[in-house]
Amino acid sequence: MTRMTKHRLFWPVVALLVLLVGDLIASPSFFKIELRDGHLYGNLVDILKNGAPLILIAIGMTLVIATRGIDLSVGSVVAISGALACLWVSGHPDGAGTTLIAFGLALGLSLVLGVWNGWLVAALGIQPIIATLILMVAGRGIAQLITDGQIITVNSHSFEWIGSGFLVTLPSAILIALAVFVLASVLVRRSALGLLVEAVGGNPEASRLAGLRSARLTWLVYVFCALCAGIAGLMISANVHSADGNHAGLFIELDAILAVVVGGTQLTGGRFSLGGSVIGALLIQTLTTTVYALGIPPEAIMLFKALVVLAVCLLQSPAFRRKLRRRRTHRPGQPAATPAPEKVEVTA
Amino acid sequence: MTTLARVKGYRPQQRHLPILATMALLIGAYIFGASSYEAFGSGQVVLDLFINNAFLLVVAVGMTFVILTGGIDLSVGSVVALSTVISGDLMQKHGWPAYAAIAVVLVVGALLGAGMGALIHFFEIQPFIATLIGMFFARGLCYTITTEAYSIDNATIATLAQTQIPLGGELHISISVVVALLVVAAAAYVLAFTRFGRTVYSIGGNAQSAMLMGLKTGRTKIAVYTISGVCSALGGLLLVLYKSSGDPLNGVGLELTAIAAVVIGGTILTGGSGYVLGTVLGIMVLGIIQTLITFDGTLNSWWTSIITGALLFVFIVLQRLVTRRTR
Repeated sequence: MTRMTKHRLFWPVVALLVLLVGDLIASPSFFKIELRDGHLYGNLVDILKNGAPLILIAIGMTLVIATRGIDLSVGSVVAISGALACLWVSGHPDGAGTTLIAFGLALGLSLVLGVWNGWLVAALGIQPIIATLILMVAGRGIAQLITDGQIITVNSHSFEWIGSGFLVTLPSAILIALAVFVLASVLVRRSALGLLVEAVGGNPEASRLAGLRSARLTWLVYVFCALCAGIAGLMISANVHSADGNHAGLFIELDAILAVVVGGTQLTGGRFSLGGSVIGALLIQTLTTTVYALGIPPEAIMLFKALVVLAVCLLQSPAFRRKLRRRRTHRPGQPAATPAPEKVEVTA
Repeated sequence: MTTLARVKGYRPQQRHLPILATMALLIGAYIFGASSYEAFGSGQVVLDLFINNAFLLVVAVGMTFVILTGGIDLSVGSVVALSTVISGDLMQKHGWPAYAAIAVVLVVGALLGAGMGALIHFFEIQPFIATLIGMFFARGLCYTITTEAYSIDNATIATLAQTQIPLGGELHISISVVVALLVVAAAAYVLAFTRFGRTVYSIGGNAQSAMLMGLKTGRTKIAVYTISGVCSALGGLLLVLYKSSGDPLNGVGLELTAIAAVVIGGTILTGGSGYVLGTVLGIMVLGIIQTLITFDGTLNSWWTSIITGALLFVFIVLQRLVTRRTR
């Protein structure tokens, strides 16, 4: 089992290291971290700090995918959460109280959205990809409804803390992501919860018959995922001091799904690795930072991302490895071995 | 296939229920529009639905093939953008003749689609992930070709874009509409009457049984993604005719609109059941909502996404009820 986990994380970690070493060779100052006014700065800190929202969402997404689901609506939840928080902060006097209420409102609404997704999937039995597509499509409209189609800018020191503040020299965003990661890991690995989630993902019907409350568990993971997205939404809007219903969190669901898949969690459910997802998210964030740090035109980010993810996915694909092995063992001219039996296609 | 046959044999109305619901919704929306706004009732409003959505219709037809096999194609929006960018680049920057550029665009679309199909078939990468990679790849290519929009002033393109085909009275349609309808007709024929079409349905019904029956599932799977790629490229060309420009920002989120149209049109996302005609109706429903909101004038554009989401919800629940009863 441990060997399996090690194996699963091998390629993403290698990819991450290769990128970092490449960065180091291209610009020796890449790893430099300095302490300014008691705060840490540097490329590595930046990767962690800017990657925090993606890490959060990837953690939530991992549990959803572990139950054989998928949540396409996280980008919309990011936009809605940021919009509501900014609306509240902009309409009330600046202060810690206002900020706390804004956080509470945003997370409360995220919770409701998670309950909605969970209801569609767990109670109505709708395929996760379509169930969450509804909120993905409608959510952008709701976010714009909240901001009245405007970009709300806020200027509140206490609100911005969640995105760009510091706590004992470290950016607060990193600490929050770390806290959620530790909490989730402890919950799923130190209790039976993770096992139950994997059981539901492995076979929902069998686990229900075995006496698991699989519907309630499914519900729970969507709520957790939406909450993670809500926190990420607060971070993102605090970072840019504004809420943009149209563009906040655009495509972040795709980045998160990529992070989870790169981290070795299969979309078919039943097995997951939270640590893998964090590494996947860091890999994607490092790609972006690398592109900027190396002076590659930012236009190439997406192309770069596509190629790296393709490489990692291929290396992880059992079929690809099988074909590679066969090519090595068979000399040219010899007839190929019998084709591997085709697996049943299971769409997410 | 067996499930299909059984459903068809015993409960034909059930199978057509989503499509009939979409049709009823469409007619209802039209009657509502015509009674609320005087100009809405003119036939040209209906034809404009086709003119404005021709490119989307072609893209959604390709998506229908993919979804019928139980797959999904997230790359279509990016491929549409890439088509407009390539045609802009070739014609504006390199002075290529329009038809040569069109040929290149279609070939690129086919290659991208075939590439994703190959990843899915040979390396067993899930369609969602393979086409997600395709999405980033195509959008990335757009940005590396250009970050700015090209305005296209090619004589051939202008002629194609401006030609109006009169239909008697004041009514007219554009060449894009003719192309889109030809694509729909070809797709409907292929799905209904050819061996390939039946294989598509049977893969969606049960991929493993289809393979055990000796159907060429691998080849067919690669083919549907190729079809989707070509349809997206063609959709991009129609968008060039519509907007006379190539823009790397085109078609952001288009894949979702296409999927929504296919779902509203009654095709089931797990595959195996649905019609191209439903997709046409789905596009029309989305188009008519847009038109109603434009006519109303007091509603903001973001209501489009909220209403689309609500409609998606209604149709998904409806499909859920229908499929539950047939089992």
